[in-house]
Amino acid sequence: MNTNMTPAVTFRGVTKTFGDNYANKDITMDIYSGEILALLGENGSGKTTLMNMLSGIYYPDGGEIFIRGKKAAIRSPHDAHELGIGMIHQHFKLVDVFTATENVLLGIRGEGKYNPAAAAARIREICATYGFELDPSQKVYDMTVSQKQTLEIVKALYRGAEILILDEPTAVLTPQEADKLFSVLRNMRAEGKTVIIITHKLQEVLSISDRVAILRKGGYIDTVDTSSATELSLTELMVGKKVELEIERPSVKDRVLRLQVQHVNAFNSEGTQVLTDVSFDAYGGEILGIAGISGCGQKELLEAVAGLQKVEEGSEILYDDPKGKRESLLGKSPKQIKRMGISLSFVPEDRLGMGLVGSMGMTGNMMLKSYSDGRSLIAETKAPKELAEKIRDELEVVTPSINTPVRRLSGGNIQKVLVGREIASSPAVLMTAYAVRGLDINASYTIYHLLNQQKQKGVAVIFVGEDLDVLLALCDRILVLCGGRVNGIVDAKETTKEQIGYLMTNLKEENA
Amino acid sequence: MSNQMTKKREPLFHIVRRDNMPMLAAWGYRIGAFVLALLLNAVFVWCMVRVDPITFYSTMWEGAFGSESYIWATLKAAAKLLCIAVALSPAFKMRFWNIGAEGQVLIGGMAAAFVMYHYTALPTVVLFLVMIIASIIAGGIWGFLPAFFKAKMNANETLFTLMMNYIAMNVVDYFYDKWRGFRSALGILNQNTKIGWFASIWKDNDTDGLMTNEDFWFIVVILVIMTLMFFYLKLTKQGYEISVVGESHNMARYAGISVNKVILRTMILSGAICGFCGFLVVSSQSHTISSGLASGYGFTAIIVAWLSKFNTFTMAGVSLLIVALEKGSALMANTYGMRGFSSSAADVMVGAMLLLIIGSEFFINYKLMFRKKDKEVQAA
Repeated sequence: MNTNMTPAVTFRGVTKTFGDNYANKDITMDIYSGEILALLGENGSGKTTLMNMLSGIYYPDGGEIFIRGKKAAIRSPHDAHELGIGMIHQHFKLVDVFTATENVLLGIRGEGKYNPAAAAARIREICATYGFELDPSQKVYDMTVSQKQTLEIVKALYRGAEILILDEPTAVLTPQEADKLFSVLRNMRAEGKTVIIITHKLQEVLSISDRVAILRKGGYIDTVDTSSATELSLTELMVGKKVELEIERPSVKDRVLRLQVQHVNAFNSEGTQVLTDVSFDAYGGEILGIAGISGCGQKELLEAVAGLQKVEEGSEILYDDPKGKRESLLGKSPKQIKRMGISLSFVPEDRLGMGLVGSMGMTGNMMLKSYSDGRSLIAETKAPKELAEKIRDELEVVTPSINTPVRRLSGGNIQKVLVGREIASSPAVLMTAYAVRGLDINASYTIYHLLNQQKQKGVAVIFVGEDLDVLLALCDRILVLCGGRVNGIVDAKETTKEQIGYLMTNLKEENA
Repeated sequence: MSNQMTKKREPLFHIVRRDNMPMLAAWGYRIGAFVLALLLNAVFVWCMVRVDPITFYSTMWEGAFGSESYIWATLKAAAKLLCIAVALSPAFKMRFWNIGAEGQVLIGGMAAAFVMYHYTALPTVVLFLVMIIASIIAGGIWGFLPAFFKAKMNANETLFTLMMNYIAMNVVDYFYDKWRGFRSALGILNQNTKIGWFASIWKDNDTDGLMTNEDFWFIVVILVIMTLMFFYLKLTKQGYEISVVGESHNMARYAGISVNKVILRTMILSGAICGFCGFLVVSSQSHTISSGLASGYGFTAIIVAWLSKFNTFTMAGVSLLIVALEKGSALMANTYGMRGFSSSAADVMVGAMLLLIIGSEFFINYKLMFRKKDKEVQAA
């Protein structure tokens, strides 16, 4: 890369505030054509905000942005398009009932007739140039997540994007799909485009990028050449202090059978079968990981155990209490399960939509599981308040007050409140769905540590995860779901990432 | 290049959410909005009828608080509005769009009137008990029906509660016409015997004073309901359940709350209090029934409930403010009606007031960031 040329993008003193907080503070950096730049930072470090200013979603409160040397005021995504900037968001912005071509043409202003045939030809041309696989006439609802992402990228290129921003593009992809994406990105670099990818995953940064720009707490730290970086050096830049990269896996001697899930079948509200003949055992004193592409029945499986998802006849969910008594949880509501004296904790994926009441403070949220205890009409608030204080102190939750609405807290602190509450009820079974999603490294490690503590206490921990490295390091066994079926249960100590990736994408014949 | 520059200017302003405005500053905004509304209305009135602001506002004040009878009229109306807003608060806190308060009050008042029309022979205590129970049941049914169909079939509660209003109105009209017979109007029920009136509770020969004032007891009962509702929402388990259901149904299921049960229970409560309000109005205020019983407050109360963020004590203040504006501008229309200041002009004034007060909430939650003066950069 030639640093003498004019940068494709220059940020000069760019600042953005939300309320009293600086999301970006005085960011100054250059990004060049023909390079892949990884934008790295912990959660809340301001990566997405910075890129949103480049793509016209936010407008900076201070500072200037130059595109190819010219000062630019990017007021809307449309302005960004005109400047040749395209952003691929984590949540795709596609119309389900339209074809790929129709989605590409949607919202393009200008002269000329609506000509889908010509557009489709252009799309095929773009695909051939960069190595995409895309059928222009396919409807979006028929597409896989990876195909939708491809369509978003093609859409941006069709509109003449020279600068392409991808926000955590691999979060929704299998390892094989991610490899494919990377080879396409390399082709784009070869064509002289600027590619910016926002990511948490260090291995990806190292394998794909030319340079890495690091943000920390809204501020710009440094840009380094990838060739001279290592996972450890990047982590240090990112978090500002040395962090232990190893996740512990303490061994527990006495595993006890706690939960038996047998032949569970379930349908969602649209009538699609989401779980097919799912069977597994969970033991106290182990962490059972559940891997799978998102939407393969993970959510429904946990909700079925928690009593929130209806299961079909012939299914069986058995619980062995520590005294050896066996009880069926089938058809029981969460309240009934609680009344049976079974302490089942569940950290759902949707933290503020399901697990926590966003408008209430920590105290109010502690009450969510215990408010109905006792016969009094008045809800007890003293014990929840003490619990809230205890969790705040022990888990170092950063909050102005335990009465501050939890939705105002950062993602990591929100999760600490949720996990803290679920652990506080001394569960026998602890189920977590994407417990570290969106969390920074420090907060993630706090959660891993808490889960390990629970495991050592003899709790049966079920950990639905998406990062395979974490699953491999943390769990004892890993159950792989594929299309709502169990496609294998493997020993985490003896398996490989590739094997799990394969199980995630290829349903074994005997299971099909 | 310069072409591009002049075309792409920064927007004039953009909107930024602010997180925590100090309480004092927030009240500064509210009071500022109120003062601005006063100024705006002064200009409006001057343009319409050439009345100077001082005369104008002293007329407004007089209309609301100018004499003992004006004060009572204002307080009574504010209490009625407050009572309905309090009744609506649990439903709205649960995010159940109950716009059927008008009908729930009407049907409750109808039930009370029915009892006092037909069962004049009952002993006073029994009569009142039957009136109260009948009005609560009637209002409760009006609350239950939309909740039932919401819970069972996910029927849209907004349309359902709205339609229930018209049923209530027609039921009232039916009895009104039936009881009226060939007279021109129904008139006061039990005018001579005062059966079913608050006034029948105390003996006629008691001295005058607050203790024998129907309006006083009307207001007291409503203040008690307001206080009870405040604690119900704030302290009880059921109040907690309402907050959780209002936040998200999924979350409620997760917490082991039966969403349908809470919806049914809360709407029956909301309807029952509206029905009880109907009883209060019939028994202590109107002493008769007509489809104008709730005087449109079933809808105004929705504004009161939201503006007060479901704090029932705040509702008392907001109700008083709205009613005082109403009464004040009514006197304005009365005094200057000949010069063209009609009751519609009075409505415009009240509307402008509310718009500015509600608008101030926007500026409390958001701020506008204006484009900085950077002409030199533009020119470069």
